[in-house]
Amino acid sequence: MAVTDAPRIVTSRIGYDDSFTLERYLSTGGYEALRKALAMTPEAVAAEVDAASLLGRGGAGFPAGRKWSMLRRDPVTYLVVNGDESEPATFKDHLLVERDPHQLLEGVLIATYALQVTRAFIYLRGEFALGLERLQHALNEAYDHGAVGSDIFGSGFSVDVVVHPGAGAYICGEETALLESLEGKRGFPRIKPPFFPAAIGLYGQPTVVNNVETMSNLPWIVLHGGKAFAALGEGRSTGTRLFALSGHVRRPGTYEVEMVKTTFRDLVYAPVYGGGVPGDREIKAFIPGGVSAPWFGPERLDLPLGQDEVANAGSMLGSGAITVMDSTTCMVRAAWRITRFFARESCGQCTPCREGSGWLERVLRRIEHGGGRDEDLDLLLDASDNIAPGLTWPPQQTTICVLGPSIPSSIHSAIDMFRDEFLLHVKEGRCPVG
Amino acid sequence: MTHFSPDMAARARELVSLYPEPRSALIPLCHLAQEQDGWLRPEAMEEIAGLVGVTAAEVRGTATFYDMLHTEPVGRYLVSICTNIACLLGGAEELLAHAERTLGVRAGRTTPDGVITLEDAECLAGCDRAPCVTVNHRYVGGLSADAFDQLVADLRAGRRGDEIPAHGTLVRVRRNGGLRVEGAQVAAERAAMSAAQADRARAAHDASGAGDG
Repeated sequence: MAVTDAPRIVTSRIGYDDSFTLERYLSTGGYEALRKALAMTPEAVAAEVDAASLLGRGGAGFPAGRKWSMLRRDPVTYLVVNGDESEPATFKDHLLVERDPHQLLEGVLIATYALQVTRAFIYLRGEFALGLERLQHALNEAYDHGAVGSDIFGSGFSVDVVVHPGAGAYICGEETALLESLEGKRGFPRIKPPFFPAAIGLYGQPTVVNNVETMSNLPWIVLHGGKAFAALGEGRSTGTRLFALSGHVRRPGTYEVEMVKTTFRDLVYAPVYGGGVPGDREIKAFIPGGVSAPWFGPERLDLPLGQDEVANAGSMLGSGAITVMDSTTCMVRAAWRITRFFARESCGQCTPCREGSGWLERVLRRIEHGGGRDEDLDLLLDASDNIAPGLTWPPQQTTICVLGPSIPSSIHSAIDMFRDEFLLHVKEGRCPVG
Repeated sequence: MTHFSPDMAARARELVSLYPEPRSALIPLCHLAQEQDGWLRPEAMEEIAGLVGVTAAEVRGTATFYDMLHTEPVGRYLVSICTNIACLLGGAEELLAHAERTLGVRAGRTTPDGVITLEDAECLAGCDRAPCVTVNHRYVGGLSADAFDQLVADLRAGRRGDEIPAHGTLVRVRRNGGLRVEGAQVAAERAAMSAAQADRARAAHDASGAGDG
């Protein structure tokens, strides 16, 4: 089992009971990176992040340094942190917020300095009641400590940070929907172009939107240098990353592992990670990167946890959510539940997504409940094709945002991999798995 | 006579002051209203509309988009059971069916005594403790059927009050002061932003007017 000796970059403190307090943070090197950054030029700080090749940890995996360099110059720019974690089976960001909020804040402050932004908003999923409390308390401590506010640490740089609660809508994890929501509106994604946040973002001003985990990596990168971060992992996938492991494993949880050097098999079976499947049952399939990602069969377990490696195999590492389904899983039921999620969370702007998700859900429901028809499999694939023409990966887009084209992933995977199981559901009106 | 209590009104004003545009405070203010009233009453939406400079219809139109904002009364405790994929694999559907039997209401409904509203929820990001249950958005762990019954008994007897406060995700969130960056700097930024917005509006107007001759 490849358990590498890479340092724990974002989870070094979470073993402490008081990991979220300023006292613990300061006694473990907290805010040293911010002091160091403030003594550098903003450009030099940005250069370190660029050298780290830090890929965004939200789902799309766009290099953070490049995102920063695309920010349109303007007298008023904003930094918005995406903490709306709600891709099903993803449970990493709220761990960072609840267990190490100062690390997140230090990352945010480093970013505001590098970008010379004087106002940052942290949009946190509204359901994270404890996270909101911990983060606001930490922010209050940071203000009192002189790390935020006017002339921080005597550097002449001033910045305010605002913690903003969402109110329950998956789509607000999409960056332009998040900005709409932060403006006090329905979370309707904006069309790109022209609404790339780096050009036209919050209140129409140029805005950088970065994920919580992305920000939480910055203190380490500033302290140890971008090169040290880039030395971990391999190829484009540098550093370590948090993976949220769920489903049929003995030890579900969030694990920080070195990218590429670790495989799916390591994560699922190593005793320090997932510890294997309960009852030592066989794995039937697993979802490698959140429910928007196409599924893999057990033959893919030896793939490395790297962005390009998983993309080349026809899926995505996405939000880092890995869900294991063992031999007892009914794949019709799994595909139906995931599709029901999309049907409920479609924002309703675009016809293919709004109507398609509802119809797909109803057809899957009738197959699952014994009312399936012979033509239903073709119907499912045909309707999916209307949302994402060609059912390619990555998908073709017929909608404003990527929620729509994400809907067919699980349906296409399930039918492709388990066609006989679907046919038996239709023919016998019951589940062959039990 | 305002709908918000004096304390709530002060918190509302402070929230509005944190944003370059008042409307950004709309959702946080809805959370405050739910903290005060248990749900989003029409009078509260009227007041929020006035505070952020939109119509009450716009507040309602926005609020109905979001699962956490309740424009109809809900029970004192919102019990949410996640049934999404990770929890489904951990027996969530069975737990939800048990909960519906125990409480005598279907998901989405409130018990006749007004204590509990049961919710069939999407992923709550507690997948390592499947099936994940929250009460008023506080994690209470992955629950067995027996543990669920105990939870319901505790809630009805008022035994979990300290751990599970009433509605309002901001109920224990207080910011220690407003913005600190120099007022002059913020004002200058705001003026620059307004100018940029006006420029864009003019450009858009010119572009759209070009075809009209």
